Amino acid sequence: MNLTLKIWRQKDKATPGKFETYKADDISPDMSFLEMLDVVSERAQQNGQEPCAFDHDCREGICGMCSLVINGVPHGPEAATTTCQLHMRKFKDGDVIVIEPWRAAAFPVLRDLVVDRSAFDRIQQKGGFVSINTGGTPDGNALPISKKEADLAMDAASCIGCGACVAACKNASAMLFVAAKVSQYAHLPQGQAERSRRVLAMMEQHDAEGFGSCTNFGECEAVCPKEISVRVIAEMNRDYLRATLVGTDA
Amino acid sequence: MSISLDSKSPTGPLAQRWDKHKFDLKLVNPANKRKFKVIVVGTGLAGGSASATLAELGYDVHAFCFQDSPRRAHSIAAQGGINAAKNYQNDGDSVYRLFYDTIKGGDYRARESNVYRLAQVSTSIIDQCVAQGVPFAREYGGNLSNRSFGGAQVSRTFYARGQTGQQLLLGAYSALSRQIGLGSVKMHYRSEMLDLVMVNGHARGIVTRDLVSGKIETWAADAVVLATGGYGNLFFLSTNAIGSNVTATWRAHKRGALFANPCYTQIHPTCIPVSGDHQSKLTLMSESLRNDGRVWVPKNKEDVAKDPRQIPEEKRDYYLERIYPSFGNLVPRDIASRAAKRMCDEGKGVGPGGLGVYLDFSDAIKRIGKAAVADRYGNLFEMYQRITDESPYEVPMRIYPAVHYTMGGLWVDYNLMSNLPGLHVIGEANFSDHGANRLGASALMQGLADGYFVLPYTIGHYLATSGQKKVTGDEPEFKAAADDVKKRVSSLLSIKGKRSPTSFHRELGKLIWDNAGMARNAKGLQAALDRIPSLREEFWGNLNVLGDGDSYNVALEKAGRVADFMEFAELFCTDALQREESCGGHFREEYQSESGEAERNDDQFTYVAAWNYTGNYGKPELIKEPLIFDEVHLSTRSYK
Ligand SMILES: Cc1cc2nc3c(=O)[nH]c(=O)nc-3n(C[C@H](O)[C@H](O)[C@H](O)COP(=O)(O)OP(=O)(O)OC[C@H]3O[C@@H](n4cnc5c(N)ncnc54)[C@H](O)[C@@H]3O)c2cc1C
Ligand code: SF4
Ligand code: FES
Repeated sequence: MNLTLKIWRQKDKATPGKFETYKADDISPDMSFLEMLDVVSERAQQNGQEPCAFDHDCREGICGMCSLVINGVPHGPEAATTTCQLHMRKFKDGDVIVIEPWRAAAFPVLRDLVVDRSAFDRIQQKGGFVSINTGGTPDGNALPISKKEADLAMDAASCIGCGACVAACKNASAMLFVAAKVSQYAHLPQGQAERSRRVLAMMEQHDAEGFGSCTNFGECEAVCPKEISVRVIAEMNRDYLRATLVGTDA
Repeated sequence: MSISLDSKSPTGPLAQRWDKHKFDLKLVNPANKRKFKVIVVGTGLAGGSASATLAELGYDVHAFCFQDSPRRAHSIAAQGGINAAKNYQNDGDSVYRLFYDTIKGGDYRARESNVYRLAQVSTSIIDQCVAQGVPFAREYGGNLSNRSFGGAQVSRTFYARGQTGQQLLLGAYSALSRQIGLGSVKMHYRSEMLDLVMVNGHARGIVTRDLVSGKIETWAADAVVLATGGYGNLFFLSTNAIGSNVTATWRAHKRGALFANPCYTQIHPTCIPVSGDHQSKLTLMSESLRNDGRVWVPKNKEDVAKDPRQIPEEKRDYYLERIYPSFGNLVPRDIASRAAKRMCDEGKGVGPGGLGVYLDFSDAIKRIGKAAVADRYGNLFEMYQRITDESPYEVPMRIYPAVHYTMGGLWVDYNLMSNLPGLHVIGEANFSDHGANRLGASALMQGLADGYFVLPYTIGHYLATSGQKKVTGDEPEFKAAADDVKKRVSSLLSIKGKRSPTSFHRELGKLIWDNAGMARNAKGLQAALDRIPSLREEFWGNLNVLGDGDSYNVALEKAGRVADFMEFAELFCTDALQREESCGGHFREEYQSESGEAERNDDQFTYVAAWNYTGNYGKPELIKEPLIFDEVHLSTRSYK
């Protein structure tokens, strides 16, 4: 099929960017979206144009690197699917496809479609862990955990840290991302000792990074490639409230 | 000057070696640890766990990765699980059995002492990860759940749905994040190591390029750890992440580190077949699927194009169950891959180009129901459907082998130190524990064993005994290495030819796959060896990298990695040609039994082939480390 692409090009953080138009002819419906971009880049290089930069690595929907807004939707039109897992059979011959980076103040563009998501790492560094060192831990079966709780923890832990939730949110809130981590630990006995401290510390960093607050629009859940449910935000809000009321030692 | 290799492998009863060795290691006084700076390159399972643990112990750690976060390392993609000798299922597992399965699975080409230690520490890994809050799968009673993997008759694989690597990596990442937050690890993101700095014969630093700004920098330390993963992307198409590469280990090799068994490559039997020329990578379908899926091809060639659902039971050949009745669909990967290739070579392959076999779940769905199958494999089925547009609930999957893992890597001794003092190598980047074939669910185990439980002890011994002066980074060796890197970057930019880095990578990968892939022979290997130098010459004469070196430049990044693959390829094929036997993933067509099984040559090849760089890629020097087996008896591997 033949397509027209409007791709955001930007030299670096400081230089303003703009859309450029590319023809993508003879695209096979079996290609992944990123393979289509590979082909377009390859051809552009032949014509002396620098290839367009975009983040990607695993191309299996698990590393969370790929991050394109496709026709206004983070990760594009297919539900529960990362950009790298999206295939061209979801598009039609003659389509015009607009491709942009995540847009959020806390995610500055580094080049073209690549953004800086280190804010997510800094939030993790404040509390996204259980404070134990290597060694001296009890036997893995010493602490039974019900299948139900383990499954709920796993649902939340599936977050790939891609940032689509932020890109979709009108307030550029990262609550779904933060709450996914908070919820994982809240459902596990290992997470209890630091439960209050964790939620306060992570939310404090969330706000300091310039992410907005959640006003319950739910766009995050709709674009999340791992279908993280907004129930984790509700859970986190309860934990947050309790922590502010009773303090971190509770 | 020839190098003599000392594996530092302890002697005495196998079960006591690691304890005794730990006791003999010199310790660094807790108050002094902070004075030692350690560079860790790579923050996947191996590097992430090592960085966190070293920082907890008090060392001053500087960690590097080329992605935008440690959480994105290739380890994240591991699906199936991690082995540990817990014997929770009460099915007769033990440290000894895990050791034995791993040595046998590796076709008797690994060091006994290392493998035994791996099996010993495996149980601590599970405890550690549980304590971190890794949400492993559980039974209704609340206990940890297990599944079976190839090459084992016990159920010892721990898993978190089909995302075990993700959850283990996020566990290591959480420990690492905690240390970064505490200021004990300085993390360098989007930063690629391009050279190793040697001072006074010891590894004392690295040269990096900041991938965003293009800045070339040097870093000085008391020891360097490489945890940079495997080099399966030599083949262009593999199940590895796009960025996986050989650069860090190759540059260290060119500074004197020996490269061991480079040709040992694992071809994974269950991957989604290639669909066209545009393909950028291959996708693995976890080995765990072979717990319930049955592999078959049509008995008659005339049936290969038919709808598989129309082919009656008696016209199907469940060839793994037929040839290997005791392991059936759960034979090790090398065996399953070669069997699939044989079926396709006989013209019984299905799908485009006849390069595929069926992996069928209809019996499992009948037996345990669709919901139970979905619970076990739902996310894998979805992934398959996204890529192929077919539902494995309705039609059997089509699978074909693909390059997956590299057992070879930098040579290390029992302390995980290379022949270059101070340079330690962990995880997939070293060669140590899997011999000629890795069993499923053992790479995660090895990466975390190295990072949490082995390196943190052994590196202390080096630091306590090396007797080296502090370096600051102002020594001439640092400037010289940085100048080399700058020169290389500008040469890549100055060629201004016609072909992209990817087009060269694709061509090289195909050459290696065709001649040194699933089956190898002397003629093909020689043909590849004849072709590589001219391809490399063309690369350096006709490469086209646009843009400059002082900014984010994806083509330049890629070109540097392809340039290293172009050099490394020759060593890879030289090693494969030298090893005149078939063992594990290394199958030489000249050495096989009547029924097509691999034939080892223990008299001549029971050694590790460690290669020394001589300045001439085609003529490396071979140094042999003989493998000594005190405990197991070398026998023909049988899964029948
Ligand atoms: C699809 C797939 C599924 C798998 N499933 C399983 C499984 O179920 N069970 C199992 O046991 N094993 C599995 N494996 C194998 C296993 O995942 C890997 O062998 C293992 O994760 C490697 O870990 P590592 O820490 O050594 O390296 P990696 O995770 O590859 O990490 C490499 C690190 O090095 C960094 N790096 C590399 N080069 C440089 C450089 N030049 N400069 C700076 N940084 C650099 C990267 O940024 C990264 O941080 C699977 C592999 C694949 C491909
Ligand atoms: S919550 Fe979903 S959208 Fe947000 S970072 Fe995690 S996986 Fe991505
Ligand atoms: S490239 Fe890894 S999730 Fe898309």
